[in-house]
Amino acid sequence: MLKIDNLHVEIEGGEILKGLGLEVGKGEIHAIMGPNGSGKSTLSNVLMGHPRYDVTDGTIEFMGEDVMELEADERARLGMFLAFQYPSEVPGVSVANFLRTAVNSVREKELAPMEMYRLIQEKMKIMQMDPKFAERYLNEGFSGGEKKRNEILQMLMLEPKLAIMDETDSGLDIDALQVVSKGVNELRGPEFSAVIITHYQRILRYIEPDHVHVMLDGRIVTSGGKDLALTLEDKGYDWVRQEFGSAAQS
Amino acid sequence: MPEDKSIQELGLEEYKYGFHDPEDYFFRTPRKGIDPEIVAMISKHKNEPEWMLEYRLKALQSFLDRPTPQWGGDLSDLDFDEIYYYIRPMENQGRTWDDVPDDIKNTFEKLGIPQAERDSLAGVGAQYESEVVYHSLKEEWNKAGVVFMDMDSGLREHEDLVREYFGTIIPADDNKFSALNSAVWSGGSFVYVPPGVHIDIPLQAYFRINAENMGQFERTLIIADEGSYVHYIEGCTAPTYTSNSLHSAVVELIAKPNARIRYSTIQNWSHNTYNLVTKRAVAQKNATVEWVDGNLGSKLTMKYPAVYLTGEGARGEILSVAYAGDGQHQDAGGKIVHAAPNTSSLITSKSISRGTGRSTYRGLLKVHEGAVGSKSRVECDALLLDENARTDTYPYIEIEEKKVNTEHEATVSKVGEDQLFYLMSRGLSEEEAIAMVVNGFIEPIAKELPLEYAIELNRLIQLEMEGSVG
Ligand SMILES: Nc1ncnc2c1ncn2[C@@H]1O[C@H](COP(=O)(O)OP(=O)(O)O)[C@@H](O)[C@H]1O
Ligand SMILES: [Mg+2]
Repeated sequence: MLKIDNLHVEIEGGEILKGLGLEVGKGEIHAIMGPNGSGKSTLSNVLMGHPRYDVTDGTIEFMGEDVMELEADERARLGMFLAFQYPSEVPGVSVANFLRTAVNSVREKELAPMEMYRLIQEKMKIMQMDPKFAERYLNEGFSGGEKKRNEILQMLMLEPKLAIMDETDSGLDIDALQVVSKGVNELRGPEFSAVIITHYQRILRYIEPDHVHVMLDGRIVTSGGKDLALTLEDKGYDWVRQEFGSAAQS
Repeated sequence: MPEDKSIQELGLEEYKYGFHDPEDYFFRTPRKGIDPEIVAMISKHKNEPEWMLEYRLKALQSFLDRPTPQWGGDLSDLDFDEIYYYIRPMENQGRTWDDVPDDIKNTFEKLGIPQAERDSLAGVGAQYESEVVYHSLKEEWNKAGVVFMDMDSGLREHEDLVREYFGTIIPADDNKFSALNSAVWSGGSFVYVPPGVHIDIPLQAYFRINAENMGQFERTLIIADEGSYVHYIEGCTAPTYTSNSLHSAVVELIAKPNARIRYSTIQNWSHNTYNLVTKRAVAQKNATVEWVDGNLGSKLTMKYPAVYLTGEGARGEILSVAYAGDGQHQDAGGKIVHAAPNTSSLITSKSISRGTGRSTYRGLLKVHEGAVGSKSRVECDALLLDENARTDTYPYIEIEEKKVNTEHEATVSKVGEDQLFYLMSRGLSEEEAIAMVVNGFIEPIAKELPLEYAIELNRLIQLEMEGSVG
């Protein structure tokens, strides 16, 4: 599904990702855990095709296709999705209007307005969102939790093949975390893969990962099963630094 | 036909002119430029009363006396001697829709403009008088005593009313361009709404299409008598193709006590046009006047709708949106004068600049001494789509009264890389993403327009943006 090899990324001259590799199979859920500043958001943005980053080496393949030269919208149409850590505000554009436009631009055939309406209602219900929410302007004045729910709502509407979730759990209370997790589990199946990027293992109690990776200083330094998340929670990132910090330096 | 005879007497010759090719059927003055003889020809051709001819001639003098204003946009390329001041399309020349060039048809198609409006815009000379919808509306208006006709007919059929109000809100010598318009005006609308009459369906200029509609120097006068209500929608939203590079209109509105006038315009001029318009309204006691103004196209637009709040409790609102693409300058804004106690006003201005486009907000807020308890708010927001795009704000404020409440807020925003990336990550192309940000930006204005106009405004801006891509 997703194959990243030896990925080197720079921004403003500084190297952030330093030879990162990762393979995500069809239907798999991977968790990437790492301390602040380790390059998690950089990885997310580069995977989705943010123009600000310079990829200096390495490859990214999605479903066997090299996506490095593709724009973000082309990647979206292939079935990639990024739930943003900090989604942008778009004043004057309602959530409903945005969802309609987005869904119709990734679909081959436009959805009939009534069907669209029903779909939005249905997905908002899953996310326990007030129907009035659809008329609010995109992310404008949203609380942190509302923004995250809205990201997952978009994911449910767009039904991607691969979702990258950049710290979707950060700043959520338990209730919101459960709702967000429910949204992700809704899509879980043999056709859906996800990369859950997080600082904490909390969310992994609700969305059970198949694989857990630890990221440090622009690299994946160790990988394992879901138990690795628990070890990490126990021992903390200092342990990771001690254990793998030198590897990351070398 | 007597009309043809008078045209010949005047030495007006047939002028062939089309959208882009000069193959059409228009009459024009025998020469370019303006002088008393030309003005007299125009007036005589229209069989106007003597006082109007005098009015025109006096206005001409003040036009000639006044220097070209230097404070606004660049008018140095505007050559007054290179303009025909009276061009009149001939009626019923048998031109049909099939004669309209394909690219124009395509534009109409893209805009989704109704066939009826397309015909008139294309100068096909459609006869709306015969349209069923128009007929029933017209009957309703007639029954209520509402007058709605072109200004030339207004002068013929309601001379007393016209004489009483014409030029009272915007005197001929107000500025160089109001003087020019007063000297050579033709077409525009004349509207009178009797006391207490509410017209629910907006009066739209294209309902009264006739030969005088497409004037370069149109003149509109709307009088809303006590307690009445009218929403007037001006012009058209399709690109207006003109031979002349100058459009200079004058619009005067009078809202008597407790009346309300809303005047909506969306204009889209061809990119060689100077669009220099004077619009002013008076709102008397407890009356409300609202200008909703959309400016697209043109080379330079200078337009600052004004409301003079002359009666206690009067309210004025100005909503304007401008799009400046490559090489264009939209110099727009609004002017509010609080001349009575407890008056209130709101100016909302939104501009979008792209490429080398430039937008200027130029506003005046004036509160006279004694206008106690007045409230005013000015908000101007600029959106820049490119590094080279430019915006300036000149908010003049003159306040002579202490007991007032005024607020002013100005913002400049850029379409950010992160914002576009966010939208594109959901499958929108870059152009779609920019269009979405722009549509969101003008939403506060679009939602004040009737739905079909709001949709057209959005589409128009999109078309303008598509044009600027290549
Ligand atoms: N736009 C940027 N310009 C310069 N440095 C950046 C930029 N974005 C991120 N960085 C740097 O890259 C490193 C990784 O950041 P980020 O990918 O956001 O990490 P994480 O998401 O894991 O917290 C940090 O040191 C950060 O300061
Ligand atoms: Mg991050």
